[in-house]
Amino acid sequence: MSDDDQQLRVSKIRNGTVIDHITGGQALNVLAILGIDGTSGESVSVAMNMPSDRLGKKDIVKVEGRELSQNEVDVLSLIAPAASINIVREYDVVEKHRVERPSMVEGVLECPNHNCITTEDEPVESRFAVVDDGVRCEYCDTIIRDNLPAHILAD
Amino acid sequence: MRHDHIISAKQLSRADIEAVLDHAAAIAEEPGAYSDRHADTLLGMLFFEPSTRTKMSFTTAMKRLGGDIVDMGSVESSSVKKGESLADTVRVVEGYADALVLRHPMEGSAKMASEFVDVPLVNAGDGAGQHPTQTLLDLYTIRESAGFDDLTIGIMGDLKYGRTVHSLAHALTNVDARQHFVSPESLQLPRSVRYDLHQEGAEVREHTDLDEILPELDVLYVTRIQRERFPDEGEYREVAGQYQIDSETLAAAKDDLTVMHPLPRVDEIAHDVDDTDHAKYFQQAHNGVPVRMALLDLMLGGEPE
Repeated sequence: MSDDDQQLRVSKIRNGTVIDHITGGQALNVLAILGIDGTSGESVSVAMNMPSDRLGKKDIVKVEGRELSQNEVDVLSLIAPAASINIVREYDVVEKHRVERPSMVEGVLECPNHNCITTEDEPVESRFAVVDDGVRCEYCDTIIRDNLPAHILAD
Repeated sequence: MRHDHIISAKQLSRADIEAVLDHAAAIAEEPGAYSDRHADTLLGMLFFEPSTRTKMSFTTAMKRLGGDIVDMGSVESSSVKKGESLADTVRVVEGYADALVLRHPMEGSAKMASEFVDVPLVNAGDGAGQHPTQTLLDLYTIRESAGFDDLTIGIMGDLKYGRTVHSLAHALTNVDARQHFVSPESLQLPRSVRYDLHQEGAEVREHTDLDEILPELDVLYVTRIQRERFPDEGEYREVAGQYQIDSETLAAAKDDLTVMHPLPRVDEIAHDVDDTDHAKYFQQAHNGVPVRMALLDLMLGGEPE
């Protein structure tokens, strides 16, 4: 069964973003990265642990009326490195690309070290270098390995 | 030197280290020859935390190079008390001084501050982060007393929060050193330092008991275990007591073992060690002056001899 057939299982969207080939089980974390918890009313479809030739199991997220910022894509790439992003307009995929692992993520994650200067009221954005198995604060060197979505900065 | 700002020992190459230490040795040989070197230079001192040795030796170093200091004074008497950000404070003070020395209780403060100023900024300790100029004087002391070849060093005490330890461990990856880390399990090296040492391919061993490796050591670097790292007084006393040395402990060590400590000590090195040939910690503290003179001279545009 091809990936396209799988996508038919959840309804098509008119305008918005389809994030496909998400690492199986990570869809809810992807929603967390996008700041979507259902309360703001956008229509969202989620498919989890669908069979995938490439990944074994994959998740799919479709969000109506929403395109992703580069920062969101950067963090997404860290938890779902094989993800592909499809921009949909009037039911057509007008743009499709794979995420790329960035070398740095800025202003998206909050340093978990409460004694890091970036957690103070200073005119500086958090900055994390992407390292082998996580991300690392460029200011205090703290490494985050697990549960990146828990460290996303609140708006 | 290649670096305008001195933020972390990680930025120092073997060549940078040797350049500072060689220059420091030349200065120590003939300090009077450098007394007019930076006659019009003002060093801005921003100490957000108490300091005796670092602040006094930077002050001495600048004055011995012919310059002077301007000092923010204590946090209580400054505009920081009114809620001024660090970024604003350093931008103001850079207008008064030719270079800045910053000590601050938060990790990453020196790195952030350096992004807001054009004059060179030296990290004189950022929380539990780094203390690169302490490392340079530590290395000077190690080179003087044990040399950098085939060096076996034990670093003991609070390895988790000790910024002098973090800086020294990084810097030692530049020389031929085997590093043994001795601490209670709760105060072992942080993940980020282990990561870097691993990346550098450093030869590192961890121990909870000094006796395991004491006889092999050329240098033993002792640091203070602080009371506030433990939930209660009893646990602190029990743990800290296991990481104290006295002349009896050192009977098992090599005759030429060098014992170092960034100071201040409380009771982790007994006073009866002071009179032995092992004790180099006061010399180490004195070395802060020529080493910081050398660093300032190179930073401010002096050429090494």
